Amino acid sequence: MRLRIIAALAAFSVALAGCGGGSGGGTTTLRIMAPASPGGGWDQTSRTAEQALKSVAPDRGVEVFNVPGAGGTIGLAQLAGEKGNGNLLMTMGLVMVGAIEQNKSKVTLAETTPIAKLTEEYEIVVVPAESPLQSLQDLVAAWKADPAKVSVAGGSAGGTDHIVAGLMAKAAGVDPKQVNYIAHSGGGEALNALLGNKVTIGVSGVGEFAEHVKSGKLRALGVTSGERLPDLDAPTVKEGGLDVELANWRGFVAPGGLDDADRQALTDLVTKMRDSQPWKDAVAKNGWIDSFMTGQEFDAYLKSEETRVKGIIAEMGLVS
Amino acid sequence: MESLGLLLDGFAAALTPVNLLYALVGVTLGTLVGVLPGIGPAMTVALLLPITFTVPPASAFIMFAGIYYGGMYGGSTTSILLNTPGESSSMITALEGNKMARRGRAAQALATAAIGSFVAGTIATALLVFAAPAVVSFAISFGPEDYFALAILAFTAVSSVLSRSVVRGLASLVLGLAIGLVGIDQQTGQARLTLGVPQLLDGIDVVIVAVGLFAVGEALYVASRLRHAPPDVVPVGRAWMGRSDWGRSWRPWLRGTALGFPFGALPGGGAEIPTFLSYAAEKRLARGVAREEYGKGAIEGVAGPEAANNASAAGTLVPLLTLGLPTSATAAIMLAAFQQYGLQPGPQLFDHNPALVWAMIASLFIGNTMLLVLNLPLAPVWAKLLRIPRPYLYSGIILFAALGVYALNASAVDLVVLFVLGLLGFAMRRFGLPVAPAVIGMILGPMAEIQLRRALAIGAGDVTVLVGSPVAVVLLVLSLLALLTPLLRGFMARRRMPPLPVSHED
Repeated sequence: MRLRIIAALAAFSVALAGCGGGSGGGTTTLRIMAPASPGGGWDQTSRTAEQALKSVAPDRGVEVFNVPGAGGTIGLAQLAGEKGNGNLLMTMGLVMVGAIEQNKSKVTLAETTPIAKLTEEYEIVVVPAESPLQSLQDLVAAWKADPAKVSVAGGSAGGTDHIVAGLMAKAAGVDPKQVNYIAHSGGGEALNALLGNKVTIGVSGVGEFAEHVKSGKLRALGVTSGERLPDLDAPTVKEGGLDVELANWRGFVAPGGLDDADRQALTDLVTKMRDSQPWKDAVAKNGWIDSFMTGQEFDAYLKSEETRVKGIIAEMGLVS
Repeated sequence: MESLGLLLDGFAAALTPVNLLYALVGVTLGTLVGVLPGIGPAMTVALLLPITFTVPPASAFIMFAGIYYGGMYGGSTTSILLNTPGESSSMITALEGNKMARRGRAAQALATAAIGSFVAGTIATALLVFAAPAVVSFAISFGPEDYFALAILAFTAVSSVLSRSVVRGLASLVLGLAIGLVGIDQQTGQARLTLGVPQLLDGIDVVIVAVGLFAVGEALYVASRLRHAPPDVVPVGRAWMGRSDWGRSWRPWLRGTALGFPFGALPGGGAEIPTFLSYAAEKRLARGVAREEYGKGAIEGVAGPEAANNASAAGTLVPLLTLGLPTSATAAIMLAAFQQYGLQPGPQLFDHNPALVWAMIASLFIGNTMLLVLNLPLAPVWAKLLRIPRPYLYSGIILFAALGVYALNASAVDLVVLFVLGLLGFAMRRFGLPVAPAVIGMILGPMAEIQLRRALAIGAGDVTVLVGSPVAVVLLVLSLLALLTPLLRGFMARRRMPPLPVSHED
């Protein structure tokens, strides 16, 4: 009896562990790696893609699994070990490009096969409602007067928010190393600091702050898109006189050493997914921007992003 | 009393058979993942997120809330019985709870944990209905300097009551602080103490540290003594709480609730700090029998922290629902679930979707009641687990611990870390170092560091910002008092009576 209880509990934990690890599956099962913990942007993208892929390829199993850690570079290293596997995709994006640089990852994106860029999310620069800063010009003036007095709240050091702050400082003629960036972990910490009027400005994805801009608790100084966004009354950073345009993009890569047929098959499948109704609905619901791109075009885009991110991370003094 | 009417409507919506079933599934699942070390409510809710594609919102949130509360209940069971916390928030419960279990009072410890959780959960949910706006404005006013002062208070309050030997307590605390340093420094992005292992870049998860030091260390220690001494037989004891147990529990329940609720609403406040503070407060307030029992299994040390961790779960929902501000990992994932339905939590949510919000709040009351009904009869049953012969029991614990930790990230490196920490835990027990301060240091250290650096960065290096807010000043004065009172009391006592011989009980 006692042993049976232990055995039953053990079996239960094995089952749960299986859910987390997601091992194996037939050769036709397409597996999507989310190189982050459940709940984040890459995980959400992967699970949305899973639903959409099931609708366009009902006879093919699709399975998402998480390999969290170190800005996705743990997952990237695991992907590199699956050379030539045509049934595996990994969700990745701008943050991974920065993490590879910052963590001095041994594996880089050169060891993957780019498949497609899927979505973009723009960044927004805000101040608390009580802030004396009314526009981007005011911010630039404050920055030039004393960069240490302008505290910038955003996500992890070296992440998208930090990169935006660095690029903006550079465009304003301030040394990116001088930016007084206050890194916050997720969980609304940065938002809290802004609502409590503890920091000068905040940088994050549009989705994180949009509601609070609409309700008047925060004031938007600029968004990092090329044009103004349709459903938000905010100028672009470019209009404010700083030549910065940046999107937090996400996409798929496959393992390296893929033959052309496999690469084409994956590209076709993902293209079909992107045209499906469930995907379009999810993109609209999450406030993502569809920025689909495949083949040579995506290869070139990846290379240019790598160069840009490498440059600004070095200029911000984040790589020792 | 408009809220009350809306709440009654909420009960009407939540009490449909289908929703009750979702609530039951949620609390059962929550209790199970709470029992398992490693798998927490946050991960469970995240893995269940895809059901938002098919299930109506009210039902999904009723289930998620059940998982959240259930996790807080379940975590205490293994803490008390096996000295193996299922969640970091139930770590403190192990200190007195496990000692109670060894004295044959496991059923009472489990019962006071379950009833205390129920009382705290219910009161805190009621506060959620009526006190949300006040709590939110308090939470937002908290700046980095206040968090730093809070961490200092927790440090001083806890370290002054945890160990009989100050040197050993401090040694253990420093070990914990060092473990807390591993990983990428949040403020600069530089790696620290990672030894070039990429899996250590994100730091060592607190669950791995708690499970390694407590559970694996304990199992190894027990194994090492098996041949030297016959295993002490755990007396079975009575099944239910007696009158004195009730009398000693109700005040700690209420005090735990009062501590837990506001901390849940603080971003980064978490469920751990109020349990530390509640434990310290109860120990300070203990008189008579309780004072003598502290360190040997005092029921107050279980009742208070268990109430605090459940109240903090309810407190978390305040900023989530009213501001869209998630203050814990589980809340962040629930926010994602709201967004899946195209809902944005915030001031507008109460106006635009009152039916959904109030059904969810009503379901919290229902889930709490279900958890009590589920857990209370099980207390004596669980307590019998201790009659399993030690070798089987402890090999089971190690298996459990390893599975739970592997399930966290599916990473073999985590297992290596677990067993290294297990050996450390064994060595600490062997040489008489208390384990709890290490885990506390590991939780509080990084928080104190990051908040101190944030406060100084925002103040452009001016040290006076640390005492720049009234909240910070009050907290720092309290910590000073916590440090000085034992010294003063010792000084007064020495003047009144001749010195006693120092006893070394452990």
